[in-house]
Amino acid sequence: MNFATSDASHREVAEAPTVALKLLVAGGFGVGKTTLVGAISEIRPLRTEEDLTDASVGVDDTTGVERKSTTTVAMDFGRLTFSGGLRIYLFGTPGQERFWFMWDEMAYGATGAIVLADTRRLESSFASIDFFEQRNIPFVVAANCFDGAQRYSAEEIQDALDVGPGVPVVLCDVRSRESVKTVLVTLIEYVLRLTTAA
Amino acid sequence: MNGPGGRLPRERWVGRDAGPLVRPYTVTKGRTQPRGVRLDLVTILVVSGRGAAENVRLSSEHRRLLEICRRPTTTADLASEVDLPLRVVQVLLGDLYHHGLIEEVRQPAPTRPDAHLLMRVLDELRHL
Repeated sequence: MNFATSDASHREVAEAPTVALKLLVAGGFGVGKTTLVGAISEIRPLRTEEDLTDASVGVDDTTGVERKSTTTVAMDFGRLTFSGGLRIYLFGTPGQERFWFMWDEMAYGATGAIVLADTRRLESSFASIDFFEQRNIPFVVAANCFDGAQRYSAEEIQDALDVGPGVPVVLCDVRSRESVKTVLVTLIEYVLRLTTAA
Repeated sequence: MNGPGGRLPRERWVGRDAGPLVRPYTVTKGRTQPRGVRLDLVTILVVSGRGAAENVRLSSEHRRLLEICRRPTTTADLASEVDLPLRVVQVLLGDLYHHGLIEEVRQPAPTRPDAHLLMRVLDELRHL
């Protein structure tokens, strides 16, 4: 299927993006989102500037170079470039709760999400799970086995997190490309199952 | 716009000819919301090929974005490339869109990819 026939100006550039899918990587602070994104994709720098309501943004404010009134939030951002202009964009959601107001915009139109869980602190995943459940964004839970120690089985984690029976739970090592690839494949297979079941 | 002289932090320079460091929202003249259009992170944008109206004045940041958009590029990639915060870039892109200088590349059902597209993704992922 050729998606790039609509406009002559697009045709001259080979492999320009024609389809860009958005996947989110959520999880508590320090759970390994950055490592996961970096293990599978080309990492790109991306930041956003927040806390605008209190920010003095007037052009006269030259003292503002210190930027005390705004906060720069670095986002994890990775890109997978496939043939035919197909791309997957991975965005790590902010780990700190005070930035969650950003999620709605980020989550808009997301194909799916990975909830990265730390088995030592499973409760830190609850907020992410709630968020995706409420917005009907398909997600898988990936339990990061930090030190190679497998403390719980996928079933135990599924029970502990009280996610729906259909929600895939996989154990992973975010440092391993193959392992992260398996997580992504699991997610897309799950989205496909939901799509064909609908 | 002049920065505070010699006390500039080493951070980032805006534009190739390295004008003075400015606060991010100075390049948007303080505006924090794009005009009339919400550009998603994965919206693909491309130049429309139309020229700017005579009364439209573009900043160097606008022109940089326009230059990159000669190739279809997503909002997220644009923000990454010009190294300005995402929201700032969204405002600037909103200007370019408003003036008819860029347009959105329509994607096949972007929010709900169909089975065919998902199978294509799976195939590519498995061959990584």
